[in-house]
Amino acid sequence: MARKATTSRRLLMTFLAYAFALMLFFPILWMVITSFKSEADAIALPPKFLFFHWTLANYIDVQARNNYWRFAFNSVTLSFGSTVLGLLVGIPAAYAFAFAPTKNTKQILLWMLSTKMMPAVGVLVPIYLLLLQFHLLDTFTGLIIILFLSNLPIMIWMLYTYFKEIPHEILEASRMDGASRWKEIVYVLSPMAVPGIASTVLLNIILSWNETFWSLNVTNIHAAPLTAFIASYSSPEGLFWAKLSAASTLAVAPIVLLGWFSQRQLVRGLTFGAVK
Amino acid sequence: MATKQTQSAARLLAAPSIGLLLLWMIVPLALTIYDSTLNYTLQGNPVHKFIGWTNYYYFITDPAFLTSIWNTLVLVGSVLVISVVGGTGMALLLDQPIFGQGVARVMAISPFFIMATVAALVWKNLFMQPVFGLFAWIAHLFGVPPIDWFTNDPMIAVIIIVAWQWLPFATLILLTALQSLDLEQKDAAQMDGAPPLSYFWYLVLPHLARPATVVILIETIFLLGIFAEIFVTTGGGPGLATTNLTFLVFRSALRDFDVGGAAAGGIIAVVLANVVSIFLTRLVGKNLEG
Repeated sequence: MARKATTSRRLLMTFLAYAFALMLFFPILWMVITSFKSEADAIALPPKFLFFHWTLANYIDVQARNNYWRFAFNSVTLSFGSTVLGLLVGIPAAYAFAFAPTKNTKQILLWMLSTKMMPAVGVLVPIYLLLLQFHLLDTFTGLIIILFLSNLPIMIWMLYTYFKEIPHEILEASRMDGASRWKEIVYVLSPMAVPGIASTVLLNIILSWNETFWSLNVTNIHAAPLTAFIASYSSPEGLFWAKLSAASTLAVAPIVLLGWFSQRQLVRGLTFGAVK
Repeated sequence: MATKQTQSAARLLAAPSIGLLLLWMIVPLALTIYDSTLNYTLQGNPVHKFIGWTNYYYFITDPAFLTSIWNTLVLVGSVLVISVVGGTGMALLLDQPIFGQGVARVMAISPFFIMATVAALVWKNLFMQPVFGLFAWIAHLFGVPPIDWFTNDPMIAVIIIVAWQWLPFATLILLTALQSLDLEQKDAAQMDGAPPLSYFWYLVLPHLARPATVVILIETIFLLGIFAEIFVTTGGGPGLATTNLTFLVFRSALRDFDVGGAAAGGIIAVVLANVVSIFLTRLVGKNLEG
């Protein structure tokens, strides 16, 4: 409708879109604003929207008292650990499915997808007991294995949809030129596969970073990521909204930024390639 | 192009992932089924006697079970309706020729990237706390008594929090689909002088049907397993008011230490989720052929 749109119509639509978008964004904005308040300003009535004494004290406090960086380090370790494992196992599989499909490939891919649909709570009991038995409760190893396996189907799917789009003709051409399989992979395939792999890494980091069911249930102190750290604020020990907001802002900032930069790729990953 | 050699090489490459996922699926599931037939608690006697269907019987006849199923349906149903209807509206709005579309889009989809525990605590405190929360202040402005969300309307509160996270997801998917609607089609419809309403009805809606189905199915899978939002806000209460099936199983396992009962509940959750997943798998499978 681009041509017909008059300026006034366009302004109206812009106003409406921004009004609703701001409504959705407001809780995040309010959290960030509150994180710069003193605790007294945070619960002031009427609420102080912009005119208050802005302070960084909460950020310093959160770090000093609650060891924020340790939990942040745990989150980074867990999401990167599970992502690296996922790439090591997932890339070869996706490569095989995309470039040497057999008549069973489709069935195998759908079966992989179906494992993702098993509700975590269905296997909570045995996984918990297994971890207990092997002394893996509250360890990086335990949670990394869980995150890796529960995201593996999504990674393979996403890699597969990207690999499938690489034109086979290019491979055939390079093969005719006498390139070995290895050279083919290094010089021809890799450069074309990098964007897809990068998107897969992004999605997997976002999913692992935000995962809550397992991180709340199988970690305690040692390997607890930021999701669990924030959950510890839920105990009603008084109103520490400014500190809660500062901790929350720190916890979500990296992922929200990653999300902004990778919207379109995420759609493909999250819908298993059904929407591009 | 696949020769025998490449075929066996391919098998070798795919084997680790297939093997690991097979283990990941079969071992825990088999153990859950096994546990669900035992009289097995983490406290008390260490002998785990085989008791057949008894755990299922007790789990299903426990009044908490029906309540939790009902709560699960209410939660999933409400969030689906809010997020799909709202997400469609938001996506259509963002697809209009507006100024600064990128910024509006980024603001609208941001909540999806917020981790569940943060979303739940920010809403619980900064907005829904009955004395200092923003909603209480707004109620005060209008001269109505503030709502004590987590005492009087706990389920509505949880629905608001969860819908806030998933409406942006629906927006993101549907907007992406809208933007892939062929520009030529749009122009052609315009040249034909198609009125906006019939353009919407005959061109846009059919185009959105498939992505909307995908959104519904994927959201359902995730919403059936909602846990963190309940864990940090209401703890399933007051009473059983916000206990969904996931939370009930969690409670039996890690609070009541009833391994057998929780396992039985877990199997029931698996069966429920499978019904949904069959549809989703079919849908995605169709896409593979295209």
